[in-house]
Amino acid sequence: MNENLRVENRKLTRQLWLMAVGAFGFGFALIPLYDVMCDITGYGNRASLREASTVVETAVSDRRVTVEMISATPTFGSWEFHPMAASMVVEPGKLYETKFYAKNLQEQSVTAQAIPSIAPSQATRFFHKTECFCFTPQHFEGLEGREMSVRFIVDPDLPGNVDRVTLAYSMYTMPQVAAAQ
Amino acid sequence: MSSVHSVSAAAADHAHDHAHEDHGAPTGWRRWLFATNHKDIGTMYLLFSLIMFFIGGAMAMIIRAELFQPGLQLVDPGFFNMMTTVHALVMVFGAVMPATVGLANWMLPLQVGAPDMALPRMNNFSFWLLVAAFTLLILSLFVPGGGPAAGWTLYPPLVIQTGNSLPMAIFAIHLAGASSIMGSINIIVTIMNLRAPGMSLLKMPLFTWTWLITAYLLIAVMPVFAGAVTMVLTDHFFGTTFFSATGGGDPVLYQHVFWFFGHPEVYIMILPAFGIVSEIIPTFSRKPLFGYDAMVFATASIAFLSFIVWAHHMFTTGMPLAGEMFFMLSTMLIAVPTGVKVFNWTATMWRGSLTFEPPMLFSLSFLFLFTIGGFSGLMMSIAPVDFQYHDTYFIVAHFHYVLVPGAVFAIMAGVYYWLPKWTGHMYSMTLAKWHFWLSTIFVNILFFPQHFLGLAGMPRRIPDYATQFAEFNMISSIGAFGFGLSQLLFAYIIWACVRGGEKASDKVWDGADPHGLEWTVPSPAPHHTFDVPPVVK
Repeated sequence: MNENLRVENRKLTRQLWLMAVGAFGFGFALIPLYDVMCDITGYGNRASLREASTVVETAVSDRRVTVEMISATPTFGSWEFHPMAASMVVEPGKLYETKFYAKNLQEQSVTAQAIPSIAPSQATRFFHKTECFCFTPQHFEGLEGREMSVRFIVDPDLPGNVDRVTLAYSMYTMPQVAAAQ
Repeated sequence: MSSVHSVSAAAADHAHDHAHEDHGAPTGWRRWLFATNHKDIGTMYLLFSLIMFFIGGAMAMIIRAELFQPGLQLVDPGFFNMMTTVHALVMVFGAVMPATVGLANWMLPLQVGAPDMALPRMNNFSFWLLVAAFTLLILSLFVPGGGPAAGWTLYPPLVIQTGNSLPMAIFAIHLAGASSIMGSINIIVTIMNLRAPGMSLLKMPLFTWTWLITAYLLIAVMPVFAGAVTMVLTDHFFGTTFFSATGGGDPVLYQHVFWFFGHPEVYIMILPAFGIVSEIIPTFSRKPLFGYDAMVFATASIAFLSFIVWAHHMFTTGMPLAGEMFFMLSTMLIAVPTGVKVFNWTATMWRGSLTFEPPMLFSLSFLFLFTIGGFSGLMMSIAPVDFQYHDTYFIVAHFHYVLVPGAVFAIMAGVYYWLPKWTGHMYSMTLAKWHFWLSTIFVNILFFPQHFLGLAGMPRRIPDYATQFAEFNMISSIGAFGFGLSQLLFAYIIWACVRGGEKASDKVWDGADPHGLEWTVPSPAPHHTFDVPPVVK
């Protein structure tokens, strides 16, 4: 193999390795890009689901929207968790409060995090939580059970074709690493 | 392009003189462990992939045996899940991909008139990394807690529950990925820098072309997959929350990252198969390939489109309507370049003088059965109906049609096409035709009923099922056992052909000589070929 070719080979090899390294980086860049996409498509970014909204009550209308509450416990057997009311009929623009009941079924104390989700997804931007047990991790003593509240306002700008919004919470036991922080 | 490659007689003679020189190359086990010769490494890749084909096949036999009847008979559900997971990983990364890399190692230097691959030591390293990767993956089945069982897509949160085998499986994927990336770099450098004088890009054989494009795909997406599984690893061990909802992560995000890799990956498996078939059909039709330029551009368009269709694997995750529309339409668009290919292969045969040797039989079978797989893919690209097909046996039937009578049949066609060039012997045409007919009949008995099962609602990845699915499952399992046993014949034919047989001529096939430089070197191809580059006119 002549020297010229060797140099050419090395140059192309280096470029291709750079491409591979770039692709590895791109894989990680997809994570923040995902949040950007979620913002653009109107899902709201993942963090905003867990942040308090500052909205004020607005004008009265005769529109009514049904809000349904559901709960899930991904780790089987460690939680009792359910909404106190299965559904309520609300007036957009007015502030409402509802409660969820959670009980730690284990002997030892744990820290839990509830993760909210709104369906249909296009309603996410129009469902404002001013106060929620999902904003912060919740500490439970062994076998402790208690009611936790969420206050919300359904935005009057909610698209007209939506007459039913489902608010779902999943209750996760926080890993010890995260709980220590 | 004129597909006629003329080689100066002097260069061919020169290659012949070198046939029996050894240049003091190592012998015995050192020849293989320290191999830098592209033919030796190609042989090792192909053997490795054959072994993996049988290991992955044995797992498929366990799966089909359990599904022979409703109820749980043979294995427990956890082990069943390990089998579906590791069967897929072994077949995708251990059998199909290394087989096409092996064919590339053997044939690319011969097709472009190069003396060897451009980076022979890296070539050796990428092969042995693969052996390490699959040793690790297979061993992960035996650690406490069992092997990976979350499906080959390794979706969180389920995959996070994997026990001690999780880091083993992930490191296996890292190693196999590094191996593929190095193999691809080698292939690109060989094609770009070592082509014989006169061989412009648009004179390259189609197999070389499809591999050039495949290699770029691999470099672009394998690292993304490596990144995704690394994030799974840190979520599991270091408390990061890329995909874990507890800390604000999102499991659906993993699916996006995975399929950004996963969709190009399916073209990584099928594009070299397209290349092989594009070599074989002209030879046995005794005509040049119809629409060479169109074939090259169709391959490139498929590769480009593969990057913008990934979320069609995720129609049921709750995407916005605009997203469903975009991914549905871009997916349907792929049918256009794929159709160009299918019609060009058909047109190549039009008024050709066809003969039906085993490579041609497998290629024809590929043409019919891959197209069936393509059509079921088109059905699932329609977002509203995909909600019914999603995660049923319909998708299982679809991807097995494009991968078994698709990619695997094309690889077998390639092996039957080039085997006499590698060994210098003809294999038994009778046995090979038996292998062909048994495989083609049984593969349809195996996978066709799965379409019906899927449409009737049988979910995939379950060890037990409702009794209404019993008949079709039994038929499918019988097909599976028949197909599995038929492959033993394939191994025997190769073994017998290596051992001996009728002497193969240099051009091997009656219609082969105008279709590529590989037919200008002696059979068996000497250890060193094209020390003096041939001149392509």
